[in-house]
Amino acid sequence: MSNTDKPFLSVRDLKVHFPTDDGLVKSVNGLSFDLERGKTLGIVGESGSGKSVTSLSIMGLHRTGTKRGAPRISGEIWLDGEDLVAASADRVRKLRGRKMAMIFQDPLTAMHPYYTVGAQIVEGYRAHHPGASKKEARKRAVEMLDRVGIPQPDKRVDNYPHEFSGGMRQRAMIAMALVNDPDLLIADEPTTALDVTVQAQILDLIRDLQKEFGSAVVIITHDLGVVAELADDILVMYGGKPVERGPAATIFESPEHPYTWGLLGSMPRLDRELQDRLIPVKGTPPSLINVPSGCAFHPRCPYAELTGGRSVSEVPALAEAAPRHHAACHLPIAERHRIFTEEIAPRL
Amino acid sequence: MLVYLVRRLVNVVFMLLVVAAVTFGIFFMVPKLTGTDPAMLYVGKIADKAAVEGIRHKMGLDKSIIEQFWLFLRGVFAGRDYNAGVDMTHCAAPCLGYSFKTEQAVWPLLLNRVGVDISLAVGASVLWLVFGTATGVISALRRGTTLDRVTMTVALAGVSLPMYFTGLVALAVFVNQLGWFPNSYTDFADDPVSWFQGLVLPWVTLAFLFAATYARLSRATLLDVLGEDYIRTARAKGLKEPVVIGKHAMRSTLTPILTIFGMDLGGLLGGAVLTEKTFNLRGLGYEAVTSIQSSDLPVIMGVTLFAAFFIVMANLVVDLLYAVVDPRVRLT
Repeated sequence: MSNTDKPFLSVRDLKVHFPTDDGLVKSVNGLSFDLERGKTLGIVGESGSGKSVTSLSIMGLHRTGTKRGAPRISGEIWLDGEDLVAASADRVRKLRGRKMAMIFQDPLTAMHPYYTVGAQIVEGYRAHHPGASKKEARKRAVEMLDRVGIPQPDKRVDNYPHEFSGGMRQRAMIAMALVNDPDLLIADEPTTALDVTVQAQILDLIRDLQKEFGSAVVIITHDLGVVAELADDILVMYGGKPVERGPAATIFESPEHPYTWGLLGSMPRLDRELQDRLIPVKGTPPSLINVPSGCAFHPRCPYAELTGGRSVSEVPALAEAAPRHHAACHLPIAERHRIFTEEIAPRL
Repeated sequence: MLVYLVRRLVNVVFMLLVVAAVTFGIFFMVPKLTGTDPAMLYVGKIADKAAVEGIRHKMGLDKSIIEQFWLFLRGVFAGRDYNAGVDMTHCAAPCLGYSFKTEQAVWPLLLNRVGVDISLAVGASVLWLVFGTATGVISALRRGTTLDRVTMTVALAGVSLPMYFTGLVALAVFVNQLGWFPNSYTDFADDPVSWFQGLVLPWVTLAFLFAATYARLSRATLLDVLGEDYIRTARAKGLKEPVVIGKHAMRSTLTPILTIFGMDLGGLLGGAVLTEKTFNLRGLGYEAVTSIQSSDLPVIMGVTLFAAFFIVMANLVVDLLYAVVDPRVRLT
C-alpha cells in the first residue's frame, strides 16, 4: 500500500493485553482511529481507560526492556504507510525520536537527573544524526531551547533539570521531543503536573509548534478543557474501548454517549453558575481483568435500564450518530438526543 | 566547597576526639573495675613495689585522668617523653604509647599490621565490586529467568554463610586437599608472588561475602531505576538499548553502590577480624583480638582509633564523591 491512500496515522483494532498473575489485563481492547498530518487528536478518558497504553504502543515502548510483563499486542498501527505492530523492534526504535516523539506528564521525573538538559537533547539529536558533531548538536539544542521560549538558551543548555522550573522543564521536554522534527508528536498529559498558570502557556506552545512543524499531534488527557483548546478530533475511551469519536466542536455541542455527558458534567467551567455543583461520574473505573458484560459502562450508567437489558448482555458497536460522529451506545439516537437536551444540557 | 571541606575536616577531628575520649575512659575504668593495676601489667607479676611505682611515674599513670588524656593527645600530635629522672624514653609523634605486653611502641606496630588489611581490603573490594555488581545487573536484566533465580539463591547463601564457614571450607579444599595455595601471608615487598598466592583465598572468600550483598543491592536498584520515567524518555528518544542500560540506568544504579562501597572499604581497612583469624593473617583485626584477650589497653586504644579514622575518612570521601556523581547534591 502506498503512502497516499492511507491516513498518516491509522490505528486498526488495536488490542494490548497484559498477562498478569491475576489474569489477562485488557488495557486496550479494540481501538481504531485515523489522524492526518497537521491535525490534533485528543484521547480522553479516566485513569485505566487505556489512553496511555495506546500512546506507549504507538511508540513501541511496550516492546523494550525485559520480556517479562510484556503485553500481547495485536491489530495494526500504520504510520506513514508502515505497520509498527508488524515492524521489527529495531525498526520501531529508529522511528522513535525521529518520526514520532513523545512528551510525558511529569517533566521532572522524565528527565535524567544526572545529565544536563543540553546533554539530553544533544543525545536525542545525535542518536538519529550520527554524522553530526557535538558542536552542531549543541547548536541545535540551543536553537530548540530558544524556539520553545527558554530565555538565555545558550546558558540554560548547561543546566541540570532540577535547576529549571516546572514549566521550563516541560518546555525543555518539548524541545527534546522536537529536536529531530518528528511528524507525529504524542503528548501524554502534558500539563497535568504543571501550575494552572503555566498549563495554558504550554498548550499554546504545542499549538504554535504544530503549526510551524505541520506535525500530527495526539494529546492524551483526562481533562476535556485541554482538548477543547487544542484538538480537531476527540476520542473518548472507557475501559479500553472507544465509546465516542468525532470532531471536537460536535463532541462539546452534542455529545452522544452517557459517559461523555458525565465527563462534561464533571468539568469545571467559568460560565457555570456558582451554586451549581460539579456532577461526578458515579462509581469507579471498571476492572480491566473482568470487564463488565455488555457495555462496560453499564454499571455506572444512569440510563442503562432504558435499553431493555441490551446494555448488560450485548457489547455496543461504535455506530454513526451523525456524519464523522460515532458513539457506542444501545440507546436509540432519538432517545439520546432527548435525554441530552432535556436533562444534561441544562446542567452543563 | 572549601568551607564545606574545612567544616567536614573539623568534624573528622572532633569525631576522632570523641572516639579517643570514650576509649580512653574505658582504658581508665577497666583496671579500676577489675582491680588490676596498669603499672603492674607493664612490669609483670613478680616486680617489687619500687619498680611498679617507678613505672607508674614514668608512664604518667599517677596523674589525673584529664591530665593523662591530655598527655596522650599531645603525644599523638607532638610525640612524648616518658621521663623518670635518668631513665628517659622518647616516643616520636604520632605516639600511641607502648604495649603492656611486648613494650613495643603501638604506632609502628599498627603500621606494620595495616599492610595486611590494605592488601586484603583492596584486593577483595575490587573482586566484589566487579563481580557482585555485574551479577546483580545481569540478574536484573534477566529477571525471572533460571539464571536470575540461581544467582540470587547463591547470593542469598553468600549473605547467610559466615566467613568462618566458607573460609574453613575453602582452606580444607584448596590448601589441605589440593594444596594449590599456601596458608601463610608474605609481605608484598618481600615476594609479590607469594603475597598474591597467600591472599587469593582470603580475597575470594571475603569478596564472596560482600559480592552477595552487592549483587542483591545492584539488582534491586537497577530494577527500580528501569521503572523510572527517565528511562522511558531515553527509549522514547530512540536510543539503543545498550545505551539506555549502560549509560542512563547504570549511572543511577552505581550511585548508591558507591556509598556502601566506601563504608565497607573503610570498615575493612580498620581490621577484618573473622577473615584474619580464619586465614591466619596478622592484621589489625588480629591485633585487636589478641590485645583484648590480654587486656593490652594501649594497643586496644590504638586499633580503635585507627579503625575509627578509616571509617570517618571513608565517610568523608564518599560524601565528596557523591557531590561529583549527583549534580543535585550541593556541598554546603
